[in-house]
Amino acid sequence: MWDPTLFPSPAQVAKTLGHLLADGSLLDATAVSLRRVLSGYAISLGIGVPLGILLARISLLEDTVGSLVAGFQSLPSICWLPLALLWFGLNDKAILFVVVMGSLVSITTAVRDGVKNLPPTYVRAARTMGTKGIRMYTDVLLPASLPAILTGAKLGWAYAWRALMSGELLFVSLGLGHLLMMGRDLADMSQVISVMLVIIALGLLTDSLIFGSLERHVRRTWGLGTA
Amino acid sequence: MSRLTIHGLNKRFESGNAQMEALHDVSLDVREGEFLMLVGPSGCGKSTLLNIIAGLEKPDSGEVRVNGAPITGPGPDRSLVFQDGALFPWLSVRKNVEFGLRQAGVPRREREDRAREALGRVGLSKFENHAIHELSGGMRQRVALARSLVLGPGIVLLDEPFSALDALTREDLYVEIQELWREQATTFIFVTHNVREAVTLGDRVVLLSARPGRVQEIFDVDILRPRHIDDVDVAREAQRISAAMKLGLHPPDEYRQEADLLHRPGLRLGDLG
Repeated sequence: MWDPTLFPSPAQVAKTLGHLLADGSLLDATAVSLRRVLSGYAISLGIGVPLGILLARISLLEDTVGSLVAGFQSLPSICWLPLALLWFGLNDKAILFVVVMGSLVSITTAVRDGVKNLPPTYVRAARTMGTKGIRMYTDVLLPASLPAILTGAKLGWAYAWRALMSGELLFVSLGLGHLLMMGRDLADMSQVISVMLVIIALGLLTDSLIFGSLERHVRRTWGLGTA
Repeated sequence: MSRLTIHGLNKRFESGNAQMEALHDVSLDVREGEFLMLVGPSGCGKSTLLNIIAGLEKPDSGEVRVNGAPITGPGPDRSLVFQDGALFPWLSVRKNVEFGLRQAGVPRREREDRAREALGRVGLSKFENHAIHELSGGMRQRVALARSLVLGPGIVLLDEPFSALDALTREDLYVEIQELWREQATTFIFVTHNVREAVTLGDRVVLLSARPGRVQEIFDVDILRPRHIDDVDVAREAQRISAAMKLGLHPPDEYRQEADLLHRPGLRLGDLG
């Protein structure tokens, strides 16, 4: 009923998956993609979390940079690719830029909203106990917004991963997206599906192993409806 | 133990185009080591007054002096206990109590010892490693008290700390807070809208008038401690203050006008609408 070249059977997909694993191309591609997404994600977290907290606290910043952030949020990050290619050339820097633009905005927004929704008594209480200056950020606002940061981190990870895949599909050599595209070029749908499965598996793994346990920890200490 | 003087405080708030006068020419001398209660109808500016003393808000004019020196901002010498406790959910009970000491750079050992001691005084030694959400409302307010007292403040400010608690828990805390105040020999300034509570706890009760808040009357409470909220003397004194508060809300002039209206011939009650 189904054309096996368009809808490969599970057995066929499993076989291709085995081949891809055996000749190392899948592992290499995964390693390349993970390295790219992790470095982009790290940059986004490093900028996004402080930026989000500052946006929530400093109205001048919110009025200027804040609206810019809101605007960028409606722009799919892959739209940066043409510019990134011109600025950085055909290399990893361009893809890194796209990944950062994808996740930075969502992390910043989530953290900013979280900090804005904090009970104002936290800051007031800290002030009466002698907290001043930078320590208000490190000792109160940062830990207080941990649940919001986690939400932002999760969101940012999803966006970073999407941005990377679109980038790799469009042009950048190596990586999982590229491997998927090679499947298309060879009209090998079992390779396309294999790579898709790997992407899903990676997503599930990070979600349950990393974010899942972090979230459980935060929910437990904060007493946020433990499931 | 500190002496606090408040002189000529005025405070307005902008709300949209309208201006709201919260405090009008409030002056007050708080004696060293006294338990002072600020009461008044809601919206009389009693919390605003407390926030100004804490240094969290600035008055438009007038000043607050602690031991003769004008205050410039919030500080651990005037710690504030909030209505909801404002405990930090990311820290354990003991770390919450240690927070202010940590800000002051007290070394870890000493910090822990002092926090444990403070928790012992509020009867929560066994709960030092618990998370905040595991505590009941009354226990949370005890932690909040410990968190303030551990700093050894000259003045403890309390903003309706028991108003969200059930009656039984509150009664326990009335006993405990009188005890703590006696042990600490510290000045307590306690805001409440509950006149009974004010008489139960206070050496003096300062009655603030409705908006704009000004000192309407100051009552000395000469009832032997420890007092209980159901004591007859407490009830009687509370009644006196309540009457004064109502008089402030509806000055006799108003009553008289209404009475005059009622006695006008040919006027029926329905016309008063």
